[in-house]
Amino acid sequence: MKNSMYVARSTAIAARALGDETMVMSVTNSTLFTLNEIASVIWAAADGVTPLDQIVADKICTEYEITPEAALKDAESLVEDLAEHGILLVSDQPLAGPANSRGVTP
Amino acid sequence: MLGVTAVTESCAVVVEIGGFPIRLRCADRDFVRQIEERYAGFLSSSNDASFDFEIELASKDTQSADDDLRVAWDSGRWLLERGDFRSEWNPSTARGRIQQTINPYSLDSVLRIVHTLLLARKGGFLLHASSAIRNGRAFLFSGVSGAGKTTMARLAPPDTALLTDEISYVTREGSSYLAVGTPFFGELAQPGENLRAPIEALYFLAKGPKNKIEPIEGTAAVRGLLGNILFFARDPEFVKLIFDTACEFANHVPVRRLTFVPDASVWELIV
Repeated sequence: MKNSMYVARSTAIAARALGDETMVMSVTNSTLFTLNEIASVIWAAADGVTPLDQIVADKICTEYEITPEAALKDAESLVEDLAEHGILLVSDQPLAGPANSRGVTP
Repeated sequence: MLGVTAVTESCAVVVEIGGFPIRLRCADRDFVRQIEERYAGFLSSSNDASFDFEIELASKDTQSADDDLRVAWDSGRWLLERGDFRSEWNPSTARGRIQQTINPYSLDSVLRIVHTLLLARKGGFLLHASSAIRNGRAFLFSGVSGAGKTTMARLAPPDTALLTDEISYVTREGSSYLAVGTPFFGELAQPGENLRAPIEALYFLAKGPKNKIEPIEGTAAVRGLLGNILFFARDPEFVKLIFDTACEFANHVPVRRLTFVPDASVWELIV
């Protein structure tokens, strides 16, 4: 059985929700990322303690017409991509979440 | 190392841009006169200055303005360094020192950096943009080199006041943003007028077959802003400040794309 994946936003970022999208800036190299609507949902839910498959089931599959398998596969690809850029932390163990529950400046 | 001449008795001039009076002291009276000429229109007669810089002139040798710029926070002071200048500035004492070549444009660079640092904590910024006041409201025209910043300044009708053709100065007052005139100029080689006005809109420029205005919203507006805001300090805290500032500005000020034919008709849209 596959282990659960846990995701948490890096603290070395600045982020802001703008409409349905989220803009994220790495404060270490000033690289900008724009997350689309679904990526923004995952970003906002990446609290370090909720497994990714649960985020997908609760936040994506209930709102969008997509199978759980396809949604999880897309989500895993997304978080691995963001993790490679250092703006998201991924672990097979729960991670301590950042202070701001939504990960964006209010 | 810069070879620095000995400082004896300094004379001083206060240059006030954006409401920040900065006293510049230098033992070389000729250089102070150059400063007075360069910043005419932005000189303050007040003896009160918020910041004080001592300028030490280096001999003309191999110092180059083309060298990489370094801006770093170290032990309670900012260090600004390029081939043609080296400066230290302690914000808590409001005092600093500039070692530079005998070139007013080196001082220009130091002042621009100092103002970006001052503005960042107040929600303001310097932007690669020309700007002008018309009917009591300010309009900003931003873009990369060649986009048309100076062209828009040249085409401005007589009822406009030019604030700059190169580096716009943006300050925040509550939820309002103001554009402020600066002596920082580009190809036009003409300082802006020492005026200020609320910002009506920011336009990103593109040349095209006809004049057209389109809104830019959300992440595209912020991305455009961040690509044109001057920020030299790569300190994480400052990067966060600039990011938040760009988001706030885009949330309060209309951001648009102005595609234009480079003739005077474009200003018919800027009202």
